[in-house]
Amino acid sequence: MSEATHEVLRLEGLRKSYYLGRPNETEVLHGIDLAIERGDFAALVGPSGSGKSTLLNLLGLLDTPTGGELTLLGRPTSGMDDAGRTALRGSAIGFVFQFHHLIQAFSALDNVLMPLMLARGRPDAEALDRARELLAAVGLARFADARPNQLSGGQQQRVAIARALVTQPALLLADEPTGNLDTRTAGEVFELFRRFNRERGCAVLLVTHDPRLSATCDRTLELVDGQLVSDAMNR
Amino acid sequence: MSLPLRGLWTEWTLAVAFLREGRAQSLMIAVGVAVGVAVIVFIAALIQGLQANIIERTLGTQAHIRLLSPDEVNRVLPPPAGTLQLVQEDRRAQRLRSINNWQQVSATLDRLPDLEAVSPVVSGPAFARRGEAVVSVALTGIDPARYRRIIPLEQYLVSGRLRVGADDAMIGKRLADDLGVRVGMKLRLETGQQHSRVVNVAGIFELGVRELDSRYVYLDLKQAQSLLALPGGVTVIDLTVADIFAAERIAERVGRLTSLKAESWIETNAQLMNALTAQSLSTNMIIVFVAISVAFGIASVLSVSVVQRTREIGILRATGATRRQILRVFLLQGALFGLLGSVLGSAVSYLLVWVFNTFGPGLFYIPVPPVLVVAALLLATLTGLLAAAVPARRAARLDPVVAIRYV
Repeated sequence: MSEATHEVLRLEGLRKSYYLGRPNETEVLHGIDLAIERGDFAALVGPSGSGKSTLLNLLGLLDTPTGGELTLLGRPTSGMDDAGRTALRGSAIGFVFQFHHLIQAFSALDNVLMPLMLARGRPDAEALDRARELLAAVGLARFADARPNQLSGGQQQRVAIARALVTQPALLLADEPTGNLDTRTAGEVFELFRRFNRERGCAVLLVTHDPRLSATCDRTLELVDGQLVSDAMNR
Repeated sequence: MSLPLRGLWTEWTLAVAFLREGRAQSLMIAVGVAVGVAVIVFIAALIQGLQANIIERTLGTQAHIRLLSPDEVNRVLPPPAGTLQLVQEDRRAQRLRSINNWQQVSATLDRLPDLEAVSPVVSGPAFARRGEAVVSVALTGIDPARYRRIIPLEQYLVSGRLRVGADDAMIGKRLADDLGVRVGMKLRLETGQQHSRVVNVAGIFELGVRELDSRYVYLDLKQAQSLLALPGGVTVIDLTVADIFAAERIAERVGRLTSLKAESWIETNAQLMNALTAQSLSTNMIIVFVAISVAFGIASVLSVSVVQRTREIGILRATGATRRQILRVFLLQGALFGLLGSVLGSAVSYLLVWVFNTFGPGLFYIPVPPVLVVAALLLATLTGLLAAAVPARRAARLDPVVAIRYV
């Protein structure tokens, strides 16, 4: 029982095909079995076209699998409609993308607040406190009112990380979060993931091309041609 | 949906932020909507003002409803069963007759809530003679206190006083000119029944309708009754109603109630009403087509905006926005375009109306009824909302996976 409560995510025979039912139907994920537990800090590696992004979109409930079952926080998701998956995504998952993807019309603070505003409407004092605290934690307390285009790439990515964490998700998914940053900034951003994983206990799954980055993660998952070929604990 | 108001706060914030960010675009479409709304409000106010003016002028000189004795008809005895009856019938000539029991009818009508004024009148043909000149006139015997509520004669008086009775009469301006009489002069009135009387011209009026000004002679009831050989009788009961466009319906009801022939002004001015209806129709068509073009303007701007914001829509979906929330953000933007544009447009239409009233031909004054402005605001906002439906649906249906990768 205690085993189950530690489990954040479980995949059983997860499959994804494109062009379903058409002559050019292609299966890109051929039955993935995977479990991610609280506190996990995992890297997902693999060559281009191996299905990493597809898998990440499925894990984040942005996309629906064509086979198998995905259980998030003990809730099977195969029968859920779009609204149900959106609600679960909003509360359980934080996303960080390669290109920071902030909403240009809003300040840094409002961008951080966005997931809370979408879920609950007008932010209350508690929400504001939490957003400010997160901005401070990523070192951007001074830039709360700045617009995204007034921030550097690294700063924008840090705002995106704060946004991903504001709902206190059980799972943080990052797609090449440092791919667009110089080495020093990338190192800083990576340190943030580490810190939040350690301090808040949220599971982190990073998609990365960078072998140095994956080497510093606790666990490395390797995807080749739509199959999980290795799942190793580092050190 | 369980917390619609609290939920809408976020959509509202997003919609306003998106509008602000695309400032130039928003401003252009708002101006586009404003031009449309200004045209709609101005034309509607102009036509309403014009029609109100025409109707006021028309009704200023006639009753809304006239009650007359029913036509006299020949009665044919029914033939015994099995007999074929051939009838050759000449319609009866309609002689001047009094309304039966008119005092009681009038008292009953006084109590009807739909009616504003009830005025029994006796009217019939006569000749006015001065020296060698003879003019055919329409004698009208009135109770001035009641009749003034049907036609406010005091407003039309050009000389003399509003006084009938005791040998005093009031005549139309053209008639006075034709006979060369002024206030204080005498006039002989003759009717076909060999009655004749000399009256004193107490007042001269000008109703502004040629036919009336050259024929009308007002007396009091008694004098007219005796001249027309209808002692104690009246031939017509004039009525006014509060809602002039309900005249037809009320006429029918009053007709049934009194068993008299009831003619409403709408019936007697059928041509005018036709013209007004045609005019309203063309105004409504202008309004509908302007509204349609405004709707397409809003829809096209929002369609472009959905494409421009594809990636942001994807981000919002990834951070927990539901399809409904995305839908509402874009619907709200459409409604806001409509509202902003119509506020601006209403202001412009006020200016246009002011210019028309101040520097225009000055034939009549156009009021801008606040109801019209409120209606325009609502119509434009609703149009914006409807116009946004298609782009908003497209935004809501975007696949977040595809949208996020959109560059």
